[in-house]
Amino acid sequence: MSTALEAPDQPASSPPFQPISTARRLKNTSATVLVALAFLIACVPLVWILVEVVIRGAGAIFSADWWGRSQSGVNPEEYAGGVYHAIYGTIIQALLCGVIAVPIGILAAIYLVEYGRGRLAKTTSFMVDILSGVPSIVAALFIFALFVSILGAEQSAFMVSLALVLLMLPVVIRNTEEMLRLVPDRLRESAYALGIPKWKTILRIVLPTALSGTVTGVMLAFARVIGETAPVLVLVGYARAINYDPFEGNMASLPLLMFSEFSNPEPAGQFRIWGAALTLILIVMIFQLGASVISRFSAIQK
Amino acid sequence: MAKRIDLKDVDIYYGAFHAVQSVNLTVAPRSVTAFIGPSGCGKSTVLRTLNRMHEEIPGARVDGQILLDGENIYDRSADAVAVRRTIGMVFQMPNPFPTMSIRDNVVAGLRLQGVKDKKKLDEVAEASLRGANLWNEVKDRLDKPGGGISGGQQQRLCIARAIAVQPDVLLMDEPCSALDPISTLAIEDLIADLKKEYTIVIVTHNMQQAARVSDQTGFFNLEATGKPGHLVEIDDTEKIFSNPTEQATEDYISGRFG
Repeated sequence: MSTALEAPDQPASSPPFQPISTARRLKNTSATVLVALAFLIACVPLVWILVEVVIRGAGAIFSADWWGRSQSGVNPEEYAGGVYHAIYGTIIQALLCGVIAVPIGILAAIYLVEYGRGRLAKTTSFMVDILSGVPSIVAALFIFALFVSILGAEQSAFMVSLALVLLMLPVVIRNTEEMLRLVPDRLRESAYALGIPKWKTILRIVLPTALSGTVTGVMLAFARVIGETAPVLVLVGYARAINYDPFEGNMASLPLLMFSEFSNPEPAGQFRIWGAALTLILIVMIFQLGASVISRFSAIQK
Repeated sequence: MAKRIDLKDVDIYYGAFHAVQSVNLTVAPRSVTAFIGPSGCGKSTVLRTLNRMHEEIPGARVDGQILLDGENIYDRSADAVAVRRTIGMVFQMPNPFPTMSIRDNVVAGLRLQGVKDKKKLDEVAEASLRGANLWNEVKDRLDKPGGGISGGQQQRLCIARAIAVQPDVLLMDEPCSALDPISTLAIEDLIADLKKEYTIVIVTHNMQQAARVSDQTGFFNLEATGKPGHLVEIDDTEKIFSNPTEQATEDYISGRFG
């Protein structure tokens, strides 16, 4: 009471909340700055590459024949022709690879999550881990040794697709597995409780629930294999003209075109390399945009 | 429709762990049986063996006989899928299928069993939703996703889904533990209605609920952690809650332990 009388304009007790101390404020600010700095540093190479490729490649991709002509009959020093033969090659090789790898990958993931118990599942899972660590050149050489050297197949775009399958499979399996494991067990149980057989539960309840993430993963796996260079270097020859047949003859692809133009001393070679690089980035970007559109489209409505 | 259940010397294991010891009990048709008891005493485990859901857990197995109107559901020739068509189940957490609309959720069981007739499916959807006291609340949004309604409505949707396949028995594993008192009341009223047509077994932690909804009550207990759970006694609900035979039951229901 007496305290209050002596200093009537002071609060009787100290306020319940203290202001943040200078030391804490300092720590907070420096941590924030460090984190932001790390983010900026991580962005530098990405932005740098993008800007460089866009500046150097824009001229090529806006040139008249870029999207509609091949390099057939174009001299090394000419700023002419286009890359549609290489775009076709890149896409057809990725698609053939997907036709093989996506069903196998999804089925393998279903096995691992829904059925796999015991040794076979453990072995499969272990093999997938190993496969995901295999460098692309090793996959390419394996296909070369098995199909070309031993079985006597001709080098062709299809051989490239087979090598890409080895690279795409673990990505599809791991991602699909992840998505299937996210589906809560209680959904499976309530389907069983309705007298729905297991295979139908997987097909009609589990897969639709995991669809959005699975599709996204498949699209990203495409983006991952589409720029692979080692398989095209080992397993197919470069062709300057369009070749529609993936099972026979040489076929261009964007990485292979870039590699072959690299030995072209003329400035036109550089022009085509940067153009092809930008084209490749655009294709990958389209795949990723497609992935996000599809995942939004197939996402579960609330 | 409704069938009688007999358990004879049922022992339940998770791998090497002996979870529940020699259970003997009988559930009469068109009655509600409640299982009560402390956590870990095996009441949910027993419930899950009644429609062979238990065996979905790796290493789980059951000894003894579980008879549905005299037929052993664990018989070598009995198909687990067929058993589950006869014995439906409602789970603790409401779990409508997230990719399906309200209507599709209700008829999921029939449709995935191969029924295609749209008119029949619509009829079953309406009848089941009415049966689950949900029709008036959702009739204008049957095509909306099943996950978009409240928790209590979702649980009634799950009950509608379970009765749409016209089982003989309905198992309920703590169906109200995630719900508020009003939704709980709605479900309890529903159980009283469903009793006219189904044999119902319900696991609950809520002793007032057991007293309110059930005709007979079974009390499960375990001597110590790691020991198997067992059925202490099962009797008319009125008797269990007023004058139980066993001291352990009296202690539990009067709140002296558990």
